[in-house]
Amino acid sequence: MKLHEYQSKQIFARYGVPIPKGRVASTASEARQIAEELGGRVVVKSQVLVGGRGKAGGIRLAKSPKEAEEVATQILGMEIKGLPVRKVLVDPAANIEQEIYLGITNDRAARRPVLMASAAGGVDIEEVARTTPEKIIKVHIDPLLGLRDYQARDIAVGIDLPKEYWKQFGEICHGLWRAYVECDATLAEINPLVILKEKSLMALDGKMLIDDNALFRHPDLAEMRDVDEEAPAETEARKYGLSFIKLDGNIGCMVNGAGLAMTTMDIVKLFGGEPANFLDIGGGASADKVAAAMRIILSDKNVKAILFNVFGGITRCDEVAKGILSAMAEVKPDIPMVVRLVGTNAEEGRKLLADAKMITAETLADAARKAVAAAKA
Amino acid sequence: MSILVNKDTRLLVQGITGNEGLFHSKQMLAYGTKIVAGVTPGKGGEWVLDGKVPVFDSCKAAVNATGANASIIFVSARFAPDAIFEAADAGIPFIVCITEGIPVQDMMRVREYLDQKGTRLLGPNCPGLLTPGEAKVGIIPGDIAIPGNVGVVSRSGTLTYEVLYALKLVGMGATTCVGIGGDPVNGTNFIDCLRMFEDDPHTEKVVMIGEIGGTDEEKAADFIAKHMTKPVVSFIAGQTAPPGKRMGHAGAIIEGGAGTAAEKVKALEAAGVKVARHPEEIPDLLK
Ligand SMILES: Nc1ncnc2c1ncn2[C@@H]1O[C@H](COP(=O)(O)OP(=O)(O)O)[C@@H](O)[C@H]1O
Ligand SMILES: [Mg+2]
Repeated sequence: MKLHEYQSKQIFARYGVPIPKGRVASTASEARQIAEELGGRVVVKSQVLVGGRGKAGGIRLAKSPKEAEEVATQILGMEIKGLPVRKVLVDPAANIEQEIYLGITNDRAARRPVLMASAAGGVDIEEVARTTPEKIIKVHIDPLLGLRDYQARDIAVGIDLPKEYWKQFGEICHGLWRAYVECDATLAEINPLVILKEKSLMALDGKMLIDDNALFRHPDLAEMRDVDEEAPAETEARKYGLSFIKLDGNIGCMVNGAGLAMTTMDIVKLFGGEPANFLDIGGGASADKVAAAMRIILSDKNVKAILFNVFGGITRCDEVAKGILSAMAEVKPDIPMVVRLVGTNAEEGRKLLADAKMITAETLADAARKAVAAAKA
Repeated sequence: MSILVNKDTRLLVQGITGNEGLFHSKQMLAYGTKIVAGVTPGKGGEWVLDGKVPVFDSCKAAVNATGANASIIFVSARFAPDAIFEAADAGIPFIVCITEGIPVQDMMRVREYLDQKGTRLLGPNCPGLLTPGEAKVGIIPGDIAIPGNVGVVSRSGTLTYEVLYALKLVGMGATTCVGIGGDPVNGTNFIDCLRMFEDDPHTEKVVMIGEIGGTDEEKAADFIAKHMTKPVVSFIAGQTAPPGKRMGHAGAIIEGGAGTAAEKVKALEAAGVKVARHPEEIPDLLK
């Protein structure tokens, strides 16, 4: 789950990271009011869940409250990388001497968190990572021990940070580490962390990704999810514990298991069809989960055929068959359906579906071929 | 012969009285797996599965009473990390965790701890493993595979079943089939399994089933080129997956252009691996 800049910075602030004292606005007149309260120059920042807002024109300086209102009007009417801007953050403009990159993420290959920093922070960090990766200093953190003081110091030395800032930099690293751990983040990033002309450090941007699997222990964070920025079908799917991604084709796929779901998409394509979605009903799929999955697939009007591919393991085929039947009774679909059941309780499942007028298939290739033909008919 | 589990494996089931735990314990027992104990805190002293399996309150008590030397975990994601720590601290050398949805930071701590203790973990978010004709430790349906000379290792669950089933339909069988799971941080990886298969005298060929995300397949390709004498056939799921989307498995996400199916296929083919276009082609490529 992605958090907005303003949400991420508020979390960082709780862990002692200095941030500008701005506020969020949903309308241009609110933005003006905030600018008046702050006084002086402000920065109006689009709050959308993508990076590179600065380069896309979604971050603008305003010298007066009136200008803040004008700029906010423009930004609130923008789309950034396809996402409409619904909120802006109005922060006091900082006097920047240097922009630093600081972030913690999971290094999957090392199986450890990694703390990264660069003296070349700011909007070009991707470019830096690509062309001069040696300018990004990294240190892996032992997940049982946590960040050690010397590691933060090593990073400070590595990015040539002047000695006078080491202490504050160490505190910020620890704050970021604690935010990362206590929020179960998969990314906690400050870009830029700036050296102010006033000779102290401040986080001007913030970004956090939260591990969806850990949301059960963070109800407060789960509430921060911005469902406005998700496809409605994906929101609905999540409610039922389904993993769903909409694609552009016309063959709806309902499969148990992520690997098999991807394979089913691949083989549909291999035989000349186009998958309409990725949908994993997960392990131990119950009847109402299956029914929800079917409703979600059918809500896409492009879908001309559905392919059910269930290989029973932890999922029992008879359960899935019951779900298919109750969903059919409820939604009464009028498109062809190809079904393939193999594995745990497959025989029972097939019996349940015997009267349901579905096209049956034995092998995966056979199922894909039949679905492709059905969608074309 | 086999790797990791065989007919002498003495299995402990953590979460044996839960829905999934009970259902799959029954299937494992019917397959012939030696389930010697179950653990459910608060249910110690009971017997389950027609009075065949004693339940204990803790792993330590179960190990002391039964000499269990492997454990399988059917505990929900909230409690699974603790169950893994408990099994490791009870001295169990091999732990299989079926549970899906464990937070990745928990897994980083678990893995660090197990490495220090020298405990082997398979999973989480995996179907477990099957040594056909000897032992089933997990949820792979027993009747879809027969004994044979092919070692199978896979990051996916149900996709693994497809492959076993496709092999069985042409009369090919497996020494052991290992599902390593689809999470970004897990216990046992491709290379661990490839090495064990290379060393297992009964395994003559290996099937490796990968998917998009991460670079484990690329690393495995490198290992195959340098260390494997046995032929390897592979399939990579997710050739049509769009980048930046999480395809169910936390691991199956293409990040910043890395971890695509095309790159993995290229690396594997460069290592002399035959890569199937779909799982049902695998038996032909093994011939
Ligand atoms: N409060 C601020 N005062 C001055 N400059 C700012 C402020 N916030 C952002 N900037 C400038 O705008 C750039 C981009 O802003 P940032 O918040 O990092 O958005 P993004 O990373 O999405 O482009 C920063 O690198 C910085 O140079
Ligand atoms: Mg930024």
